[in-house]
Amino acid sequence: MAFIQPIVFAIVTIAAFAFVFKKGKEIYRNINLGQKEDLTDQPDKRLKNMLLIALGQKKMFRITLPAIMHLFIYLAFLVTQIELLEIFIDGFTGQHRLLFHLFSETLDSGFLTGIYNFTISFIEVLSILALIATFVFLARRNLLKVPRFVKSEMNGWPKLDANIILIAEIWLVACIFMMNGADVAREIQINGSSPYGFLISGNIVGPALSGLNIDLLKVMERFGWWGHILGVLGFIVYLPYSKHLHIMLAFPNTYFSRLKPRGEIFNMPAITKEIKAMMDPNADPYAAPAEGAEAVAPPKFGAKDVQDLSWKNLLDAYSCTECGRCTAACPANQTGKLLSPRKIMMDTRDRLTEVGKNIDLHGPDFIDNKQLLGDFISVEELRACTTCQACVQECPINIDPLDIIVQLRRALIMEDSNSPEEWNLMFSNIENNAAPWQFSQQDREKWVSDLK
Amino acid sequence: MELKVPTMAELAAEGRTPEVLFWVGCAGSIDQRAIKITSAFVKILNHLKTDFAILGKEEACTGDPAKRAGNEFVFQMAALQNIEILNAYQVRKIVTTCPHCFNILKNEYPNLGGAYEVMHHTQFLQEMINEGKLVVQGGGAFKGKKITFHDSCYLGRANEVYEAPRAILEALDADLVEMKAAKSRGLCCGAGGAQMFKEEEHGTQRVNQKRAEQAIETGAEIVAAGCPFCMTMLSDGTTEKAPGKVKVFDIVELLVQGQGL
Repeated sequence: MAFIQPIVFAIVTIAAFAFVFKKGKEIYRNINLGQKEDLTDQPDKRLKNMLLIALGQKKMFRITLPAIMHLFIYLAFLVTQIELLEIFIDGFTGQHRLLFHLFSETLDSGFLTGIYNFTISFIEVLSILALIATFVFLARRNLLKVPRFVKSEMNGWPKLDANIILIAEIWLVACIFMMNGADVAREIQINGSSPYGFLISGNIVGPALSGLNIDLLKVMERFGWWGHILGVLGFIVYLPYSKHLHIMLAFPNTYFSRLKPRGEIFNMPAITKEIKAMMDPNADPYAAPAEGAEAVAPPKFGAKDVQDLSWKNLLDAYSCTECGRCTAACPANQTGKLLSPRKIMMDTRDRLTEVGKNIDLHGPDFIDNKQLLGDFISVEELRACTTCQACVQECPINIDPLDIIVQLRRALIMEDSNSPEEWNLMFSNIENNAAPWQFSQQDREKWVSDLK
Repeated sequence: MELKVPTMAELAAEGRTPEVLFWVGCAGSIDQRAIKITSAFVKILNHLKTDFAILGKEEACTGDPAKRAGNEFVFQMAALQNIEILNAYQVRKIVTTCPHCFNILKNEYPNLGGAYEVMHHTQFLQEMINEGKLVVQGGGAFKGKKITFHDSCYLGRANEVYEAPRAILEALDADLVEMKAAKSRGLCCGAGGAQMFKEEEHGTQRVNQKRAEQAIETGAEIVAAGCPFCMTMLSDGTTEKAPGKVKVFDIVELLVQGQGL
C-alpha cells in the first residue's frame, strides 16, 4: 500500500499545477485583450513600488487593525512555503519527515534538527496568529458587518468567496496541527517522549492527543498531511476563480502601476492629432490617405468594453481583492449614490471573464451584443464620480478605478453623445465663451476695474 | 494703495515679460465670491511688489470640467489654444488660485506642448514666507482661533500639497483643528469631476452636506479652503447645516485679513 500514496500525490499535484498553468495562460491572454500601454520605464522606481507596496504592505497600514491581522496571514502564507517544500519532498518520496530523519543522522545533527524544529515552531506560531486573524476577519464580515463588506455588490458569490477562503485557512491550519500533534503524540506513546521540538504541537497539541489510540493517531497524522496538501492544491486551483488572485497579481500590479501624479488624467493622442490638423491653416481637409498607405479604422474615443481599456486596467481588475477601501472612501458612495469603485473593478473582471469564455467557446470574432458600458456599469454610476481620487489613494495595491470611469465617460460623451443637458451647456460655454458659464470673455477682467 | 494688475499684452507692448503669470481662472474672474479671493491675492502680489501680470481677456478656461466630464475634444481645443497664447508670451512660471487650473496646467498641459513651472497660490505664499519676503505677524486677529482646513482633492491627493496651506494658518497663530477626514483622506466637497455644473445623482445626501457636517464637528469658527469651487460647496453646506456659525474663507483672504493688508 505504501507505494500508492506517492503515486496519488504525484497525480493530484501534477493535475493541479497543469490546471493552474492553463488557467494562468487564459488570464494572461484575457489581460492582453486590452489596449497596449508601455509601463516599463524607470524600472528602479517600479521595483521600489513593488517592494514597498506589495511585499512591504505599506498602503495596508492606512487602517491599523486589519493591516496587522492581514500581515499575520501574509507572513504565515510566506513562511509556510518552507513547510510546503517538505510536504512535496515527502509526498514524492513516500517518506514522512524525511528532512528531519536525514538531519538526525548527520554528524551535526543537533544543529540541523535545531533549525528544523525552529522552522516548524516558527510556522506554528505564525499559524496561530493567522488563525486569530482569520477569526477576526470572519467576525468583521459576518458578525460586525463592517459596512464596506456588506455593500450590495458583495451579495452572493463575492461574499461566499471571501468566506470560503477564510474557512480554507482554518482548515489548513487545523490540518497542520493535527499532523504535528499526532506525530508528537505517537512518539510519546512509543518512546515516552518526542524527538520533535515543536513549540505548540510539542507542548500543547501533542500531549493533549497522547491518550488516543495509536492507530487513530496514525490516521490523524495522515489525515492532517493529506488534508493540508489537498487544501493547498485546492486553493491553487480555486485561485483563478477567486478575488484571492491578489496574492499573486499584487506584485505585477504594483510594479506596472502608473508613475504619474495622481491628478493627471491621460491625454488622448488621437484627439491631439485631429485638433492640430484643425488648427493648421495648411492642412487639407479633403486629404486622402497617401498612396499605398493602409486604411486605418478611426479610433474609438473612450472605452465601451473591456478590449477598449488598457491592459493595465484589466490587470487591475484581476488583482482586486474586493476589500472595498475604495468604496468606503468614495464621496459618492458615502452619500448614497449608486457609484462604487469596487463594483467598477468587479464588473470589469466579470465582463472580461465573460469575453474570455466567449473566445474559448465561439472563437475570437464572436459578438455577444453586450458590453461593459451599460450592461455592467450604468450611466448613473459613472455620472456620480467627482474624480476626487480617494479610491486610487486608498487601494492597497494601486488599482485605479478612476481611470476606467474616465474612459467610459469619454465613450458616453464622444461616441454616444450621451450627456446631461447641463454638461452640454457647459461644453458649449467653454467653446464659445472660454468659461464653463455663460459669461462673455470680454468681461473676464471686469473684476480688475471693480478692485478697491 | 492703488492695486496694479497689468496684463501680459500691456507688458508685451512695453517689451517686458513678467516673472509670474497669475492665472485667475474662470471662477476667480466671474464668480462674485471667488473674485474676493482673486482680489486678496492681487493685494498680496502688490504688497510683495511681485513682477506679475494676468492674461485678462486672453485667458480662457483650461478645459478641466470638459476633460473630467469625458469631453476630451473640448478640453484639448481649449488647452491647445491656451498653450499657443502662453508660449507666445514666453510664460515660464504660473501661479493660480484654483487647484483645478493648477493640476491641469501642471500635469496635463506639458505633453500637449505647454510646460511651465506651476504653483498653487498657497505654495507661492509659503515660499514668500520662507524666503522672508512676506513677513507674517502672528498674534493677530486669528490668534488661537479655531480654524479647520479643507483639502481640495486637486491640491491634496492629486498633487500631494498638504503642508503649504497649513503652514500659512500656523503663521497666523491660528489653532488648526483637523476634520476626521483630512489630508490624503480628505473628503471631496462634491464639485470635482464637473459635478459643479450639474445636479448630483440621486442619493441619501449631497456630498457638500456631508463635508460641511465634518467641518462643523471640529467646532471651528472658520473653514479655510484653497479652491473657489470648494468655497461655493462649503459655503452652501455650512450655511445650510449651521447658519451663521461657520464662515468659509480662502487661505489668502485670511492672510490679508490677519495682516491688515
